Amino acid sequence: MTLQEAKEKVIEEFSMYDEWLDKYEYLIGLGKELEAYPEEERTEEHLIKGCQSRVWLCSEKRDGKLFFKADSDAIITKGIISLLVGVYSGRTPEEIAEDDFSFLDNIGLKENLSPTRAGGLVSMIETMKKTAQEAI
Amino acid sequence: MFPALGEKVYGKPLVYLDNAATSQRPEAVIRKWEDMACRCNANIYRAVHHFATQATFEFEAAREAVRDFIGAADKSEIVFTSGTTASINLVAYSFGERFVGDGDEIVVTEAEHHSNLVPWQLLCGRKKAVLKVAKVTEDGYLDLEQLAGLLSPRTKIVSVAQVSNVLGIINPIKEIVSICHSKGIPVLVDGAQGIVHCTVDVKDLDCDFYAFSGHKIYAATGTGVLYAKKKWLDEMPPFMGGGEMIESVSFEGTTFAKAPHKFEAGTQNISAVPTMVPALETAKMLRGAEDSAICEYMLDSLTSDPRITLYGVPRRTSDKMPVFSFAVKGAHHEDLALILDKMGIAVRSGQMCAEPLMRRFGLTGLLRASFAPYNTLDEAKYFITSLDKAIKMLI
Repeated sequence: MTLQEAKEKVIEEFSMYDEWLDKYEYLIGLGKELEAYPEEERTEEHLIKGCQSRVWLCSEKRDGKLFFKADSDAIITKGIISLLVGVYSGRTPEEIAEDDFSFLDNIGLKENLSPTRAGGLVSMIETMKKTAQEAI
Repeated sequence: MFPALGEKVYGKPLVYLDNAATSQRPEAVIRKWEDMACRCNANIYRAVHHFATQATFEFEAAREAVRDFIGAADKSEIVFTSGTTASINLVAYSFGERFVGDGDEIVVTEAEHHSNLVPWQLLCGRKKAVLKVAKVTEDGYLDLEQLAGLLSPRTKIVSVAQVSNVLGIINPIKEIVSICHSKGIPVLVDGAQGIVHCTVDVKDLDCDFYAFSGHKIYAATGTGVLYAKKKWLDEMPPFMGGGEMIESVSFEGTTFAKAPHKFEAGTQNISAVPTMVPALETAKMLRGAEDSAICEYMLDSLTSDPRITLYGVPRRTSDKMPVFSFAVKGAHHEDLALILDKMGIAVRSGQMCAEPLMRRFGLTGLLRASFAPYNTLDEAKYFITSLDKAIKMLI
């Protein structure tokens, strides 16, 4: 699946939910299913601090592709992380670095990404992009 | 009366419970704000034209309204600032400049908002002074004995919140002032929260400084007050230099105007400050409306729920302002706030600008519901029902 197709799939899945609380139920479900984060990577270095939720992000490069693992102490953020990891993990650094991550707006999660100090999510996206730029 | 309170969010009637951050504004305040911009916008004090005279009159009427509201002896003890933060910074800078030196001590408490902590840290950095911190007990009360024990001949000022923005426990300011004054130490009271729910009489409290924001008590944003006893204002040097704070200017030297103008350099918040008049009238009218009923209901609901840990559990209900910060076992405060938002409820989550207090309780954040006197018991009930639904979604 191309990056574009992966994004469209997420947008389509989200379009099934009209109600906000249903969207959250879906994200909570995704958050609970997220692959366990490796405990040895739960370090200060990998911690992205926010005023609210904390996010951990680590990555590795294999066969010219970047693979991400991430976690959060807040479950909705974890659900969004799960979406991001699902879409971007296993892509080339070029693809990630050039992407604008705007598909999250299309599924109505913009306010979770508002430039407040609210969450670690904005910083997480920045870190993913930076990691990708450095890996090129 | 409050247009914003009639709004809907996500199709649900807004239940606004983030009043400790800022209050909503009544119609009368909005009209006054608009009126000042439309009817008599001019710079105050200097010009002799009609608009300027009107604007000056409105501005000074606000000073008198504030004086009356907090029971200050004289209008000249009321300095307008941009908010509590600016008021405290003014004192930390100006009082600090005159009275604090190498090795002197400043006392604050563990429960302070960053605005009543960082200005003092900056002062300590400039003057090589030492910051001492009074402790908070497990139930959220100030440990007065420990505080008294911190006071020394080097203590230059004690700065303490009347009510913590997290714990909502009303501190015994009169007692604190009396302890400090017995040792000749002045006291600054951060009244950002207290001004909304407590009847404040600065003469009765006998505090040396009292700082609060207009926007938390229904006035326009960018308004704030520093009350200070005249003797301090007379001795403190100016904080900022510029227009209106001077008496006479020459290249050889400048002399300064008397307080409060000495501390009001530059063009003031001309359109916003006069909104203090209708705002404080509204405050008098609303004061205490459903506070105690809401407090009792919220305390009952939150403390009887085994999933919830409330921080700031009062020994007597009357010690508590309707500010409730709590943790829910197994549910993150950010998740709860996001879900409640979609149910129409505005609450705060996170560290509430009080990181040291969060650390003291070993927390990364809390959920806070803070009520204003315009909130109703029905809203409190809707909050508790919705909170239960949100928790069930998460665990």
